[in-house]
Amino acid sequence: MLKEPAPKLPLEQLEKNFADINPPLTAAQALEEGSRCLFCHDAPCIKACPTGIDVPHFIRQIITGNLRGSARTILEANILGQSCARVCPTSVLCEGACVLNAEGKKPVEIGRLQRYAVDPVIARGTQLFKPGTPNGYRVALIGAGPASLSCAAELRKRGYQTVIFDSNPQPGGLNTYGIAAYKMRARDVAMEVEMVRSLGVEIRSGVTIGKAVSVAELERDYDATFIGVGLGETEDLRIPGEDLAGCRDALSFIEETKSKSFDQVQVAKRVAVIGAGNTAIDVVTAARRLGAEEVYMVYRRSPEEMSAFDYEYELAKKDTVAFVWQAQPVRVVDGSGDRAGHVQALECVRTQRGPKDTRGRSSFVPVPGTEFRLDVGMVVKALGQKRKLEFLQAIPNLELANGCIVVDPQTMQTRNPRYFAGGDCVNGGGEVVDAVAHGKKAALGIHHVLESVAGRKAATTSQV
Amino acid sequence: MPDLTINFCGVRSPNPFWLASGPPTNSAYQIMRAFDAGWGGAVWKTIGEPIINTASRYGSIDLKNERMMGLNNIELISDRPVEDNLREIAEVKKRFPQHTVIASLMVESKRATWHDIVRRAEDAGADLLELNFGCPHGMSERGMGAAVGQVPEYATMITGWVKEVSRTPLIVKLTPNVTDIAHMAAAAKAGGADAVSLVNTFNSIVSIDIDTYAPRPSVAGLGSHGGYCGPAVKPIALHMVSSVAKHADIPISGIGGIGNWRDAVEFMLLGSTSVQVCTAAMHYGFRIVRDMIDGLENYLDEKGFSSAMELVGKSVPRIEDWGNLDLNYKIIARIDAQKCIGCNLCYIACEDGAHQCIRVEERPQGDLRHGGLPKHVPHILEDECVGCNLCALVCPVPDCISMVEINKDHQPMSWKQLQEARGKNPQCSNEELLHGKAAGRST
Ligand SMILES: Cc1cc2nc3c(=O)[nH]c(=O)nc-3n(C[C@H](O)[C@H](O)[C@H](O)COP(=O)(O)OP(=O)(O)OC[C@H]3O[C@@H](n4cnc5c(N)ncnc54)[C@H](O)[C@@H]3O)c2cc1C
Ligand SMILES: Cc1cc2nc3c(=O)[nH]c(=O)nc-3n(C[C@H](O)[C@H](O)[C@H](O)COP(=O)(O)O)c2cc1C
Ligand code: SF4
Repeated sequence: MLKEPAPKLPLEQLEKNFADINPPLTAAQALEEGSRCLFCHDAPCIKACPTGIDVPHFIRQIITGNLRGSARTILEANILGQSCARVCPTSVLCEGACVLNAEGKKPVEIGRLQRYAVDPVIARGTQLFKPGTPNGYRVALIGAGPASLSCAAELRKRGYQTVIFDSNPQPGGLNTYGIAAYKMRARDVAMEVEMVRSLGVEIRSGVTIGKAVSVAELERDYDATFIGVGLGETEDLRIPGEDLAGCRDALSFIEETKSKSFDQVQVAKRVAVIGAGNTAIDVVTAARRLGAEEVYMVYRRSPEEMSAFDYEYELAKKDTVAFVWQAQPVRVVDGSGDRAGHVQALECVRTQRGPKDTRGRSSFVPVPGTEFRLDVGMVVKALGQKRKLEFLQAIPNLELANGCIVVDPQTMQTRNPRYFAGGDCVNGGGEVVDAVAHGKKAALGIHHVLESVAGRKAATTSQV
Repeated sequence: MPDLTINFCGVRSPNPFWLASGPPTNSAYQIMRAFDAGWGGAVWKTIGEPIINTASRYGSIDLKNERMMGLNNIELISDRPVEDNLREIAEVKKRFPQHTVIASLMVESKRATWHDIVRRAEDAGADLLELNFGCPHGMSERGMGAAVGQVPEYATMITGWVKEVSRTPLIVKLTPNVTDIAHMAAAAKAGGADAVSLVNTFNSIVSIDIDTYAPRPSVAGLGSHGGYCGPAVKPIALHMVSSVAKHADIPISGIGGIGNWRDAVEFMLLGSTSVQVCTAAMHYGFRIVRDMIDGLENYLDEKGFSSAMELVGKSVPRIEDWGNLDLNYKIIARIDAQKCIGCNLCYIACEDGAHQCIRVEERPQGDLRHGGLPKHVPHILEDECVGCNLCALVCPVPDCISMVEINKDHQPMSWKQLQEARGKNPQCSNEELLHGKAAGRST
């Protein structure tokens, strides 16, 4: 229990606060927006999409009233096109590349058009693809996040038997447990996962590889293994007071907003969030929307160094968050009396720009004597995620660099030829669409390797 | 998956989508790219004695943001030597034996010259021939193209000359610049044509530059009337196709403003077995055929057709003489106040342009959607509304104004039946006759 919780908001209000920030387009809006697309040749938006969706083509299909064809164009390139339509940072991907920007016009709202095309197909459970003829190969996939889901779907289209293992009770990875609720709800993810499952992908939830099932067992029972385990817990602060009640990590907090009813999620009246990445933004906005009255985003460096995307920063500004730049947390302050053992404040020290490091980045050094306190009842650490070192080191002959798995960029094959990998555990933390692209590439890599090993001709993609 | 292949006068084509004779079909390079992209057939840029073209050649009109709603050209037939074109036809057929290559031909109106070109085109391997009796500019001044297509006797005669030597099915391409296109189709048929294609381009002057007084396209300040095509001509082309389908019993290849699968379906429903596309391919490239194929497949699938051929002519019986339309069928407009955004375009259209049956009134109390806006909504005076459609056509919000039938179980009566009834009951008023009040009304 928090000692100074924020006043409870009625559930109805909370639902409103977490309503879709990018609501679906109506048919009329989609037609108008889609008509703005110039149907460029060799369009830059296609190249800016990590999964290479043929954007002008699917928009044209919306315009001609071929909605099913449009959805197929999208999902053929990106089986998680529904999630991506909602969560992709489009302003730095497809929409950022739209040629209309160069003319000083608003780019075409590609993400929302994508959602317009895909949503009905997912909602109705329309089967657009069918599994390939069984080719006798079995592939195990560790983790049921976007990387594995995409890999498994692609393998099923080619006739592979696929089994995904995931420790969590629900599949979807961070799509289910991590992405801000106002972008996507767990129930949206569930429908999308259902589509993947309906291709014949088996998902065994609540099974941790390395515990319930060993890596050796997978090697024995499957022809290849895909590693899509993502990243680990949030990094520690390594300052005193970190274990006080009310000091918690970003991921578990966000997970609550995604898996519980909003009125069941506790938030303090005043909250300090440490970090300035996209996750930190998700936490400050969630805290505000849950009813916290004062939310501080505390960052050691200046806005220039902030890693959050501009549009995410804008979102936090709109939610009236207080930004505390150039402040380094030094201690989480314990309460006294009945607040003993609970967070009372966050003590920080001001920093100033120091010499540049070897990569040309400014260092920020504490200025002695500038200590100050933020009186808060909750401190959330959003410092980025740890690598899953222990798990990865247990797999024979994996090569790691900086805790990330080293792969052949063409096939996503690891140094241990039985293993392929993709997603956050390879790129150290990217976007959903990167994980999907990796998964797809890995499926082709697995197909290529297994086919050439056995010289067996596998079934090719087929559609219904 | 439904079957997209068509049978056009005995020639099998992988799908009904053909490129019309024009710049996109100028060379083997282009046509092979087109076949790779998915086109089922292509009509070669009209072959004949090479011509010299002008610069510029094209002009167009835009509709607000939409470019090239209508395209006008003053370009002539192929400027390439006949031998080159024929050699390339052979190359294309060798690489794409399943695809349909149609040789479009236009030569001087001399029997021997026609015999010669027909033999050579067939030797090159063309699956079908298309006689260009349609080019409305330039060529007609030299006694070819529309100069032939506008005179039924010439059209019959030259078609006859071609049939004397041809072995492949023969299409005659019609010009729309005539009073009655079905009559021209009949003339072609009389000469032995196996099929007709329509339409070629419409006589047009696409615009005048009001600063320089020169027409567009301008050739050193002067211009000439040209041929008009693109989305703007589609409705006129559809009518011409339906008229030929109704009155001349001959296979049709439909042309005019087709840009996507929906347009193609409309042409097929009105009797076209294949469709041809020029402007849209010039605007966006060959890749548009991808959605044409996919969209047609999905459409056929959703409607439960197993073959594209089942569409051909399905709507022809629905085109009737005005005199056979039911005068007792009544619909009126209905406005969905929940959807109304308050632009009042329907009001002013009806008030000034139709029958003064819309009133704008304060929104009912408590109905505060759209953030309380608009405060005023239009509503229909249902007793006055004549069901003309105008308000629904101008309304920018989909499904906001719908036309609803009000007397579902009425007794139909057409104008022709009304005339008959009047003959029998000269004493009755129109009202009485229409509503069956007169005794002895024929049904
Ligand atoms: C808070 C937050 C917000 C984000 N917001 C966005 C956003 O708005 N847009 C965007 O594009 N991206 C966003 N991302 C990034 C995105 O979620 C990830 O890049 C993406 O989910 C990576 O997919 P993945 O499949 O590699 O891993 P994950 O989604 O992390 O999935 C890994 C899965 O593996 C399982 N697993 C791990 N170890 C084992 C084991 N030993 N046995 C069995 N199962 C195991 C886990 O339970 C988990 O389900 C966000 C990330 C976070 C943390
Ligand atoms: C630039 C241009 C050149 C054309 N040249 C020919 C031609 O050589 N022979 C011919 O039969 N039709 C020619 N046409 C007419 C087209 O084949 C077609 O009948 C007409 O453009 C209508 O179709 P569309 O609306 O799809 O463009 C030409 C059209 C254009 C725009
Ligand atoms: S399209 Fe432009 S570049 Fe190409 S021939 Fe015409 S005027 Fe020249």
